[in-house]
Amino acid sequence: MIRLALLALLLLCTAVPAVAQPPLRWGGDSEGGAPFVEADPADPAKMIGFDVEIAEHIAAELGRPAQFVQIAYSSLDQSARRGDFDIGLSGIEDSPGRRASVAASVPYYEFREVITVREGDRERFRSLADLRGRRVATLGGTMAYDILLEAEGEHGLTAVSYDDDVHPYSDLLLGRVDAVLLDHVLAERAMRRNTGLVTHPEAVAVGHYIIIAAPERTDLRDQVDAILRAAMRDGTLERIFRKWDCWTEDQPALYARVLAAEGSDAPGATGGAPLGSVARAWEALPRYLPSLLSAAVLTLVLSCAAMLLAVVLGVFIATGRVYGDPLTRAVLTVYVEVMRGTPVLLQLFVIYYGLAGMVRLPAFIAALVGLGLNYAAYESEIYRSALEAVPRGQLEAARILGLTRLQTLRLVRAPQAFRLALAPMTNDFVALLKDSSLVSVLTVVELTKQTQIFATNIGSWLVPGLLCAALYLAMSLPLSHLARRLEDRWKVATP
Amino acid sequence: MTTTLRVRGLRLWRGDRQILAGIDLDAAPGEVVALMGLSGSGKTTVLRILAGLERADAGEIQVPKAGMVFQFHYLFEHLTALENVCLAPVHVQRQTRAQAQARAEALLGELGVGHRAHALPRELSGGEAQRVAIARALAVDPPLLLLDEPTASLDPARRNDLGDVLKALAASGRTLLLTSHDDDFVRDFASRVVILAGGRVVEQGDPHQVLEHAQHEETRELLQVERQRKLGR
Repeated sequence: MIRLALLALLLLCTAVPAVAQPPLRWGGDSEGGAPFVEADPADPAKMIGFDVEIAEHIAAELGRPAQFVQIAYSSLDQSARRGDFDIGLSGIEDSPGRRASVAASVPYYEFREVITVREGDRERFRSLADLRGRRVATLGGTMAYDILLEAEGEHGLTAVSYDDDVHPYSDLLLGRVDAVLLDHVLAERAMRRNTGLVTHPEAVAVGHYIIIAAPERTDLRDQVDAILRAAMRDGTLERIFRKWDCWTEDQPALYARVLAAEGSDAPGATGGAPLGSVARAWEALPRYLPSLLSAAVLTLVLSCAAMLLAVVLGVFIATGRVYGDPLTRAVLTVYVEVMRGTPVLLQLFVIYYGLAGMVRLPAFIAALVGLGLNYAAYESEIYRSALEAVPRGQLEAARILGLTRLQTLRLVRAPQAFRLALAPMTNDFVALLKDSSLVSVLTVVELTKQTQIFATNIGSWLVPGLLCAALYLAMSLPLSHLARRLEDRWKVATP
Repeated sequence: MTTTLRVRGLRLWRGDRQILAGIDLDAAPGEVVALMGLSGSGKTTVLRILAGLERADAGEIQVPKAGMVFQFHYLFEHLTALENVCLAPVHVQRQTRAQAQARAEALLGELGVGHRAHALPRELSGGEAQRVAIARALAVDPPLLLLDEPTASLDPARRNDLGDVLKALAASGRTLLLTSHDDDFVRDFASRVVILAGGRVVEQGDPHQVLEHAQHEETRELLQVERQRKLGR
């Protein structure tokens, strides 16, 4: 008995050192895909990619087990600051804004921003200057997007931002955009996936991937830097990049520069205190305010147009469900239940990407149609119950007076139903105003998307978030107020 | 007697339940005919069939254009009293708005609610709403006016006012057919009473005669129920 207890104690003691080494939690976006981070097709619980191998190498050097944390690409900086993970790497680009807001490592890979076009345009579109008046796609919140935004003014092209790196190329093939500007790593992958595309090898710009950590974790960052430098010297990085077919002749030069700069301070790698980020936001505000305001206008125009469509369709659906024959009623009921029972995000994807083989709707139109069709289902339910709330006795009174069914609808039923529907309709419009942020998945840069771009670029959500909220309120509050006033004026006694 | 309303053998089933079991009914201009009967005797159904709101399964009906005043009035809530009265003249009879309005104002005045012309239904008392509903029904000049339980929501003084109004309408050559529980009202203002029971006419005639010397068990039962109701109030 005592021997057993001693044995247990001994086991506990030997187990403690292993427990004392917490795992190295590393954040990345597996949606970013190979060769960065990707779920292993053979075992989706396992991650593969060069960033995975680098993270595992760093963990091994630190004597800690590696643990992957899934983080959306556009949220990596915020997650680093909140401490969701120890280090983040997922093809994260080096930028002054990022260096100011998180602890950033030395660069470990050099990439080129390259232009991809359809084969037929190979000669026509060779540079950004050739793309005047054209739509050029890229991944939002990246260096390539900043380059395109600058080129909007300089070369008169239109930057189109996507949330992933797959749809820019598929939309390029569909003709929705005329070129894609992205890292050569992503471009090469897209070339393998699609035929009919050609990438110009000339670099529009050069960028670097880095590893990030929370701003106060400069100690960890320094450890990571030391491990990366050692990996550059002993060929570990080269071996990993060669394995993933990403090794280029640009890398040795980068490594030489990084190793030569050893000992000198990393450029501006100080932690971003909250005050610093607010100050940066104020400083960046004048640059972003015009685009935020125009995004707010777009949100308002899109919401109004979608609501108009929803109201018109909703009236027809409700009328059909109240007055129609059984078949019409059944069809409309199915429509309403399907639209209300499935996510609007799914509907938007289906309309924009799913139907692209049949109708190639421009993004704004697809967004308008998607939101309009979805909200039509909700509006029709409001109108239907409002129509049914008008007492049957009034309809009989109208009938005895000799009014036709249409006259009864127009003169008696609809006016009262409209007044009953007004308050719920206004609520829906405010909801639509907010739901319109979902259309950013269709590359429409509305208010929330623009705010996200702003926040990502300055590395803080505080000022952009407050500004965005203020703009939404500026649009929704007057509406609610107007609806309340109309309601007071038209107050109908509830039967 | 010039018959404006003539009904023979009116029958109606709901499922396997017979609501009307062969009703004969006549009414002439100048008459105020009261249908009496216990709840479920079919009197409201008769009015609804005559108004064209329901269809009988069998029977013969000769009915002129009818106006109807519902028990709960059913004024159009979004329109003022005046607009309620003008709606059918303007949209059905294609009168000019000015014409319809002048006539509506006159009708509301005659019925004693001229001062409420611009009130919304929710602002009217029960008695006022009823008069507006009568004016609305009269605006298209129907020879036959149907009233479902017009005394139900009125106090005794208002009830007598209504009785006078109905008598005057009959005197101007209209036929009035109403349903009522109130035997005092029927005795005072109806020219004829028709007692319904089990979907049939069990007795009819002069209200004093029928109600004071009831021949049928159903009539006596009806009066008994009404007496208890009044005592209970």
